[in-house]
Amino acid sequence: MIDLHGFGLQLAMGALMTVEIALGACALGLVLGLGCAAMRLSGVKPLVAIAQAYTTVIRGIPELLVVLLVYFGSARVLTGIAESLGYDEYVELSPFVAGVIALGLTFGAYAAEVFRGAFLAVPLGQIEAARALGMSPAHAFRRILLPQVWRIALPGLGNLFLVLLKDTSLVSVAGMEELMRKTSIAVSFTKEPFTFFAVATVMYLGMTVICTAVLHVMERRANLGYRPLTTI
Amino acid sequence: MDDIIERLPEMLIGAVTTVELTLLALVFGIVLAVPTALARTSRHLAVRAVPYAYIFVFRGSPLLVQMFLLYYGLSQFAWIRESALWPILRQPYWCAVIAFALNTGAYTAEILRGGIQSIPKGEIEAAKACGMSPFLMTRRIVLPRAFRIAWPAYGNEVIFMLKGSALASTITLLDITGMARSIIAENYLALEFFGIAGVLYLLISWAFMRVLRAVEGRLNGHLRPPPEPVKT
Repeated sequence: MIDLHGFGLQLAMGALMTVEIALGACALGLVLGLGCAAMRLSGVKPLVAIAQAYTTVIRGIPELLVVLLVYFGSARVLTGIAESLGYDEYVELSPFVAGVIALGLTFGAYAAEVFRGAFLAVPLGQIEAARALGMSPAHAFRRILLPQVWRIALPGLGNLFLVLLKDTSLVSVAGMEELMRKTSIAVSFTKEPFTFFAVATVMYLGMTVICTAVLHVMERRANLGYRPLTTI
Repeated sequence: MDDIIERLPEMLIGAVTTVELTLLALVFGIVLAVPTALARTSRHLAVRAVPYAYIFVFRGSPLLVQMFLLYYGLSQFAWIRESALWPILRQPYWCAVIAFALNTGAYTAEILRGGIQSIPKGEIEAAKACGMSPFLMTRRIVLPRAFRIAWPAYGNEVIFMLKGSALASTITLLDITGMARSIIAENYLALEFFGIAGVLYLLISWAFMRVLRAVEGRLNGHLRPPPEPVKT
């Protein structure tokens, strides 16, 4: 067995934090992505332009840079806003919130494209049929559009989540104590870089495998209505 | 303002490093990906297993961990420190290039595998019927076709590699992100210089995309719609 010099629990806690950040960023990203896709499809020119600028810029610059910008740039912006509101205080985001925002922004930009494609893939006739049956637009959206969009978007979103899970390692650069940071701390104490980074690699691989399995189950559920009929 | 203009040349030097790192990684990555993809599509399980494991590990764990494993990890072993390769493995630059190449190689191999597997069966059969040896068929039919099919997906990977190269800044390299961070450490202008870094990345990815599209136009020239007939 590999000797972890008592850092096993620390690494496990780091892994838990990694999952928390990933889930938080995913939730934020889904909201951003849906909103952004809705703006792109709204046809209102300024909204389309804003959404397009957001997705183009975020997808064109490195995730690490987004993380650094949010961590080190947000304090000044927030303090500036506070000043203009008459507060004379230094405002700073907590590392966790900053990490979730940074990764959520990235996830949202990619998710917007996935959602947009999924919305376009639902035939217009179905919405018309729902409306003809007397469903309100909100009802048709919730009962007809959303379940199908979810089914179509799920594989794409699943890939994005796996990318996000790996990108959480970037917030370690800003001092957030997730798996990567805990590993670095363990390395600086034990002077066994290879052992610990290898253990971290295996833990990330494990998380990837678990997530892949969960996504597979979710896809099966979303596709229930589309399963081929079994022969009698 | 003077602070910013004064430092712009340094940022441009960083941009050169970023482009250098990305291109080197991409070239080595392709060299690695071609045999990996071919082995991955082999009929024999034993031949398939090795590239499968390689791709699984490098796609399932964060690039940051892979780079740290190489840069910090290898020094744990005395025999590596005494080997002839140490002068190379000691340098952050080459560690970054090797880690990036291994990473992008795994992704590229998967993309290329998709290309290989979507070559119409008839073309392979035709090549065999013409009496081509497996080697000749791979060189003249399989790889050229696979590259053409996979090129658009490979374009995404190129952009991802460009963005991934920002991680080099975490092992002391002065690429765009690294340069921005070192300048910010002196003058605390985080928003300004991370902003400039973002613009530089956007410009580079735009240039890359132009080149990729031009190459695609040449590779897939046969798929272009025929020119409009001249009206007389």
